[in-house]
Amino acid sequence: MCEVKVITGTSAAAEAAKLADVDVVAAYPITPQTTCVEKLAEFVANGELDAEYIKVESEHSAMSACIGAAATGARTFTATSSQGLALMHEMLFIASGMRLPIVMMVANRALSAPINIWNDQQDSISQRDTGWIQIYVEDNQETLDSVIQAYKIAENEDVLLPVMVCLDGFILTHTVEPVTIPKAERVREFLGVYEPKHAYLDPDRPITQGPVGVPDCYMETRKQVEEAMERAKKVIKDVNEEFAEWFKRKYGNGLVEAYNLDNADTVLVAMGSICGTIKYVIDELKKEGKEVGLLRIRTFRPFPKEDVKEFLKDANNIAVLDKNISLGFNKGALGIEMASILKNKKVCNYIVGLGGRDIRIDDIKAIIDHVEKAEDDETLWVGLKE
Amino acid sequence: MVTIGAIIYEPGSSIKNKTGSWRTFRPVLDNEKCVKCENCYIFCPEGCIQEDENGDFKIDYDYCKGCLICMNECPVNAITKVREEK
Ligand code: SF4
Ligand code: SF4
Repeated sequence: MCEVKVITGTSAAAEAAKLADVDVVAAYPITPQTTCVEKLAEFVANGELDAEYIKVESEHSAMSACIGAAATGARTFTATSSQGLALMHEMLFIASGMRLPIVMMVANRALSAPINIWNDQQDSISQRDTGWIQIYVEDNQETLDSVIQAYKIAENEDVLLPVMVCLDGFILTHTVEPVTIPKAERVREFLGVYEPKHAYLDPDRPITQGPVGVPDCYMETRKQVEEAMERAKKVIKDVNEEFAEWFKRKYGNGLVEAYNLDNADTVLVAMGSICGTIKYVIDELKKEGKEVGLLRIRTFRPFPKEDVKEFLKDANNIAVLDKNISLGFNKGALGIEMASILKNKKVCNYIVGLGGRDIRIDDIKAIIDHVEKAEDDETLWVGLKE
Repeated sequence: MVTIGAIIYEPGSSIKNKTGSWRTFRPVLDNEKCVKCENCYIFCPEGCIQEDENGDFKIDYDYCKGCLICMNECPVNAITKVREEK
C-alpha cells in the first residue's frame, strides 16, 4: 500500500531521496531549499536513512563533496537555489564532464541584485549549458516522482549525466499538497542497485578521473556529453513509461506534456508550476467553446526539439511564457529556443513572474488575446508597473 | 578514443608524460662553479634537480619546464640559460 502525505515540495524531494536510498547527501541551506536538506538531516539523524550527511560551508563545497562521493560510486543527492546554484556553477561542469550521475533539487528563485528570495527560473536557466539534464515539474507529486526518475535516467549507461529537478520556489517548495508516497521496496526495485562500471574510485583498481584534457582530446569529451544528452531523450521517455507501469503516474511523454492541443490554433508554451494555472484557464475557456492548448516543456535540457515541432505543427499563435530573461536580447530562454525551432510561425514571448511577481488568470487570458491579435513575433513583459 | 568522462584506467600513466617539451629556455648548470648549496634543488618546482653519487647536481630535462627559478636562486650564478633549438 502506498501512503498519502500532505507535504511541501521540498519534503517531497527529501522523501524521494530517501526512497532512492541515497548514500551521500552534501548540502548547504539556502532559502527556499532549506527545508529539503533539513528534512534529510532529520532522516539521517533518526536512522530512517542510512547515508553520510556532509555538512559543508558553501554550495561550491557541497557540489565538490557530491562529485567526490559520486566518483566513488555512491548514489548522491544535493539541493540548492539561486545564488547557491550560481556559486556551484564551476563545479556543475565538472560533475557533467566526469559523467557523474548526481541528482540535485533546485528550488527556483530569482538572482540578486536586488536580493529577492521569491520564485522565477533565472537560476537554473543560467546553468543551461553546464551539461546537466534539467527537469521542470508542475506540482509536488511530480517533484517526488521526478527525483526518483532522475536516478534511473542519470545512472543509465547511455546517459551518465547529472540531473537537476527544478521546482518553483515557495509556490511548490513551501505549499502543501497530498503526495502519494510509494513503498520504499518498490522504489528500490524500480531503481535497482547502482553499480558504476565506468568511473569509480577503488583502491584495487587505480584510475585517474578529471585529468587534464589537452586540445588533443577535450573536444571529443564535449561531443560525448552532447551525444549522451541526445540519447537521454529516449531514456527519459522510457523511464517515464516504465514509471507509469510501476506507479501509475506519468508526465506527458517525459519530455513534453500536451494539454488540449488537438484542435487548438493558439498554444501556450511554458515550464513549471505556472502550467497548472494555464490548464485551469484552458478548461475555463473550453466551457465557453474556445480551444486553447498548452505544451508544457518538462525537460529544458535535453531540449525536445523534435517533439516541439511535432506537437506545434498545427498551431499558428504560439505564446511562450518565460520566468527568466536573457538581458540584452529581450527574450527568455524558452522564447529563444522556440524561435530557433519554429521558424515559419508566429512566436510571441512573454516575460512573466520575475522575482515572484504574481501571474494571474487575467494575465494568462490577456496573453492569449494578445498572441491571437499580434501580427508578428513580439516580446512583452507582463504585469509590469507603469 | 577518449574514454567516457576522460578517465585514465592505466595507473602511473603520467610517468610517460614528459613535461620538458614546453621549455623555451634550457637552464645549464656548471658544476665547476657550483658550491653545492642545494638552493636550486630545493626551489625547483618540478623536483627535477638531483644530486648524483659524486655530489654533482644534474637537471632532468625530460621534466624541466624552463621556468628558470633555479637560475634566479643560485647564489653563484652557476646556472645560465640558453634558448632551446628545435
Ligand atoms: S628551469 Fe625550472 S624546472 Fe627547470 S630545473 Fe630550473 S627550476 Fe627546475
Ligand atoms: S643553487 Fe647554484 S650553487 Fe647552489 S647547488 Fe644549485 S647550482 Fe650549485
